[in-house]
Amino acid sequence: MALCVNEKEIVVPGEVLATGMDNLPASGTFRDGDQIIASRLGIMEVSGRLIRIIPLSGNYLPKRGDTVIARVTDVTLSGWRMDINSPYLAMLSLKDATSRFIKKGSDLTQFFDLGDFVAIKIINVTTQKITDLSMRGPGLKKLPEGRIIYVTPSKVPRIIGKEGSMVSMVKKNLDCRILVGQNGVIWLNGSPKAELLAVETIRKIEREAHINGLTDRVGRFLEERLKQEAPSSVEK
Amino acid sequence: MGYDKRFDGRRADQMREIEARVGVIPRADGSAYFRIGRTIAYAAVYGPRNLYPRFLQDPSKGILRCRYNMMPFSGSGERVRPGGNRRSKEISMVTENALMPVLNLDDFPNAVVDVFIELPQTDSGTRCAGICAASMALADAGISMRDLVTSVSVGKVGSSLLVDLTYDEEAYEDEPVSDVPVAILPRTGQISLLQMDGEIEKDELIRLLDMAKKACWGIYEVQKAALKERFNCVKAD
Repeated sequence: MALCVNEKEIVVPGEVLATGMDNLPASGTFRDGDQIIASRLGIMEVSGRLIRIIPLSGNYLPKRGDTVIARVTDVTLSGWRMDINSPYLAMLSLKDATSRFIKKGSDLTQFFDLGDFVAIKIINVTTQKITDLSMRGPGLKKLPEGRIIYVTPSKVPRIIGKEGSMVSMVKKNLDCRILVGQNGVIWLNGSPKAELLAVETIRKIEREAHINGLTDRVGRFLEERLKQEAPSSVEK
Repeated sequence: MGYDKRFDGRRADQMREIEARVGVIPRADGSAYFRIGRTIAYAAVYGPRNLYPRFLQDPSKGILRCRYNMMPFSGSGERVRPGGNRRSKEISMVTENALMPVLNLDDFPNAVVDVFIELPQTDSGTRCAGICAASMALADAGISMRDLVTSVSVGKVGSSLLVDLTYDEEAYEDEPVSDVPVAILPRTGQISLLQMDGEIEKDELIRLLDMAKKACWGIYEVQKAALKERFNCVKAD
């Protein structure tokens, strides 16, 4: 058993992470003979015997159970086609959209129109990445106002933080409603100033996601910025 | 006579100066810059993304699409007709074939990864520089890869075996020249591109491949450092 790279170090595809049969390759790695090799650009993490790579970049791949923020791109006869910031479009069928009775042939744009953003859940993904969505679940709703920003999907866990600690810290400090989709789409709604500061904070988290002590740093950053703006100018 | 002293004074197995940077095109999903001597390549990767027209889609895995392009003002300054030609089409194809063995696109059925390689300044070894840049850009885009791809051209001018020929050497008039671009996967030593222009003996080719392999390890270290630097340069304040 020998690790060839320090934990938390940045590795590139093809780099040998460990030799010997004591470790197991997890996501972002593969085994070749007695070596474990990285297949993604990212940070190496060891948990028990597993070695995995936390990717630093990459697209969103739809996963069952994820809550994402989607944009309506097409209205069909029996539902909506939505862009979930991945290579594949997703479908929301009528029966998963609402529990209300909808008459045959009625205009579906009265529920979701082209360009609307919605917080939505992925209920099924096939091998060919055909993705089904559902609006049934707590907190799933149309997002009529606010602003949308896009971040690298692999950084979403850091933006949310452990059990939501990071995003709730930003929310609490700024009095801004924030919804983070697993697909890297973030919805913000608050006073313009709070929104701008929230965007700035999220960009900082995204940029520095791979450096230790992130929560403390972001906490200090928010404190400083709020002090700068003088307590009264950030509208509560 | 014979060509035993190189025009730019390099040793036979010495490459030109190499420089690499990653993340040079913010809008792209992945991008890289690779310079070897006076040859400059930019690569931008978009995707995996939706692929149309639909008949190009492969339901079993994603496909790779490369576009190699020399800019009109590149080379010696004679204006090249902009856009594709037979040569660029062939090089796009061999670039695709050189990169494909390391890519794992099984997770992206029906999708495409687009790689655009642009060369603003050229002094031979363009396909090799393009492949080096493209492999870094693909890694930067977060695509699953078994290895990086490194590439260099080797060749024979007169009776000397040389690494990384310049245009002046390729166009040497007094004696026959052969030019062999090679792409190597550094971890396993497998060869994913091997072309030749000219004539060569078998044992000389074997020696050239050996020289190419050594040169590629040097390139690999530069690529690795550039990829890590992309994130290591972010400092906490």
